[in-house]
Amino acid sequence: MTSWGRVARGTQVTTRPRFRDLLPATLEANGALSGTSVLPLGLARSYGDSCLNSEGRLVDMTGLDRVIAFDAGTGILRAEAGVSLSALLSLVVPRGYFLPTTPGTRFVTLGGAVANDVHGKNHHLAGSFGCSVRRLRLLRSDGSRLSLSPEESPALFAATIGGLGLTGMIEWLELSLRPIGSAYLDTENLAFGGLEEFFALSAESAETWEHCVSWVDCAAGERSLGRGIFMRGRHRDDGALRAHRDKGGLSVPLELPSFLLNRYSLGAFNALYHALGKRKQGLARTHYESFFYPLDAIRQWNRLYGRRGLYQYQCLVPPETAADAVAALLRRVAASGEGSFLAVLKTFGDKRSPGLLSFPREGTTLALDFVNRGAATLKLLGTLDEIVCQAGGRVYPAKDGRMPAAVFRQGYPDWQRFAEQVDPGFSSDFWRRVAA
Amino acid sequence: MSRAETGARVIVLGALSAIAEATARLHAAEGARFILAGRDETRLGQVAADLEARGAASCLCRSLDLAAAADSYAAFDEMVEALGGVDYVYLFYGLLGDQDAAERDLAAARDIVRVNFSSAAEWCLAAARRLQAQGSGVLLVASSVAGDRGRQSKPLYGAAKSGLTVLVQGLAHRLAPSGARAVAVKIGFVDTPMTAGSAKGGPLWVTPEQIAPKLRRFADGKRPVVYAPWFWRWIMLVIRLVPAPIFHRTKL
Repeated sequence: MTSWGRVARGTQVTTRPRFRDLLPATLEANGALSGTSVLPLGLARSYGDSCLNSEGRLVDMTGLDRVIAFDAGTGILRAEAGVSLSALLSLVVPRGYFLPTTPGTRFVTLGGAVANDVHGKNHHLAGSFGCSVRRLRLLRSDGSRLSLSPEESPALFAATIGGLGLTGMIEWLELSLRPIGSAYLDTENLAFGGLEEFFALSAESAETWEHCVSWVDCAAGERSLGRGIFMRGRHRDDGALRAHRDKGGLSVPLELPSFLLNRYSLGAFNALYHALGKRKQGLARTHYESFFYPLDAIRQWNRLYGRRGLYQYQCLVPPETAADAVAALLRRVAASGEGSFLAVLKTFGDKRSPGLLSFPREGTTLALDFVNRGAATLKLLGTLDEIVCQAGGRVYPAKDGRMPAAVFRQGYPDWQRFAEQVDPGFSSDFWRRVAA
Repeated sequence: MSRAETGARVIVLGALSAIAEATARLHAAEGARFILAGRDETRLGQVAADLEARGAASCLCRSLDLAAAADSYAAFDEMVEALGGVDYVYLFYGLLGDQDAAERDLAAARDIVRVNFSSAAEWCLAAARRLQAQGSGVLLVASSVAGDRGRQSKPLYGAAKSGLTVLVQGLAHRLAPSGARAVAVKIGFVDTPMTAGSAKGGPLWVTPEQIAPKLRRFADGKRPVVYAPWFWRWIMLVIRLVPAPIFHRTKL
């Protein structure tokens, strides 16, 4: 059993119930009532240790993948927690609906999307995933089955959204979908030369472009620091409601030797990507599959980072400090010669996330991948932590496998209020690390 | 015409099995009308709601113990009447059983034969009767590669599935002139609750979602006995050809 980053791994006992009525017995059989801890697991796309529970058990929720009700008139959908975003899209796109917001992979479950309060390219308009959750059913280890909504049970609801699966088992949830007139988007790519241009483009696009995201060259030196490609998109209205297909696609069959990823290859890749992006600037009609999920086209792309796996580092810094902090982070990464193919930069809007541990808040987020080179990588990430903490920012638990408890606690000042809501029968490697 | 009038009519015996559900979803996407038969009424309702959300025109549930039906003919006829005819009949239920328990306790042994063969045979006969009379439609039965050669680990289960395969093969022969068909699919290792006790993983194991499209295709195909996935045909050929003195030294 490994998480997506493939650094944390271990043998884990898992069970996979297929029907909701089995869940109380599953909790009992796995010891959630008698001292062993349980953690619900979706499609294991979390990068670090937030989806692992090496001292306890995992319950694989993907067997609970049924739609309970879908109203094609209102776009309100109730479905079991193990339904993947991919399956959901196949179902609702032909009927003129899309996810309210989507992360960069469709291979996550609804339960996982809630537990990490995931965000997407439309955060500046739609907020985080939890903003569209109307209600959910939570099973606690004391046997209670609670129907939670922001109005009726604000405290436990707020703890469960972004709650990393620690407040109980989400059985189902109810979501408002977004009506669309097409599976295609009008998209535009614009090259930018530095961070100032990036912030200007973000501000200019915020109202008229539903989806915005940027690739940034994290290997660029001082002269071209913060250069990148700004990508924006908005749904068309041409009635073409063709859903994606999950069959086919490329897969990375083997781990790539990690020496292939070095200062020079990364620098060359990033320079090439920027040059190609610059040449391909302009407007296009793009299917949602390639706009939102380019990496899903390459199954198991995480193997590109070699046997020792990768660390992802995603942080968020508030608007006041964003410009300086992002520049400092990029400088630090470029100087290290480490860094990634695909560094992502995006500004978040001011829509409040509903969860106590929700990562998204107003500001700018930067996401980077790092080949795991042991102590050197951890040291670099530690220096990034310092910049983020000084800027009053935070690091994303779903992507993390190493942040020190102090960094977590500073970034998530509500963590103690959250801890009061954690189900005593539930835990994870991440939680033991940052809260114990 | 609305989809309710055009969708295929599908009867699923053992609708709560993981492979059954994955296969039914493919029919649902085509706008089928279903009868779902299985033991647990609540779960049938959950599967039905999901199939309807996925495009099924309608789902009727029949909650009964298929392995202990008093009159399979009458029960099956009732299902066909409720649908106004039938295009696809799937039989998916089975019981892997515990061979050791079966050897200690004859009741457990009888269960393996009753669930996998005797009761299934009655439903197959009931279905064949209707399909032959209407001169169309297909009966697809989930059998197993375990029926290809008797092995020390699962002789009873293997025998029951072997019998089931031969029965369906015979029915396919019987139905051939009428235009109706019967198919036995010898399924290999699938990661389902039925195989929960086995060590899984490796190239031979597939998921219900991977098997389902094959079954859906076989239901519209021509062959009466097929392997799924295809490579089991060759694996089982080799296993059948191993001489007994060598075979008996294995723990298969």
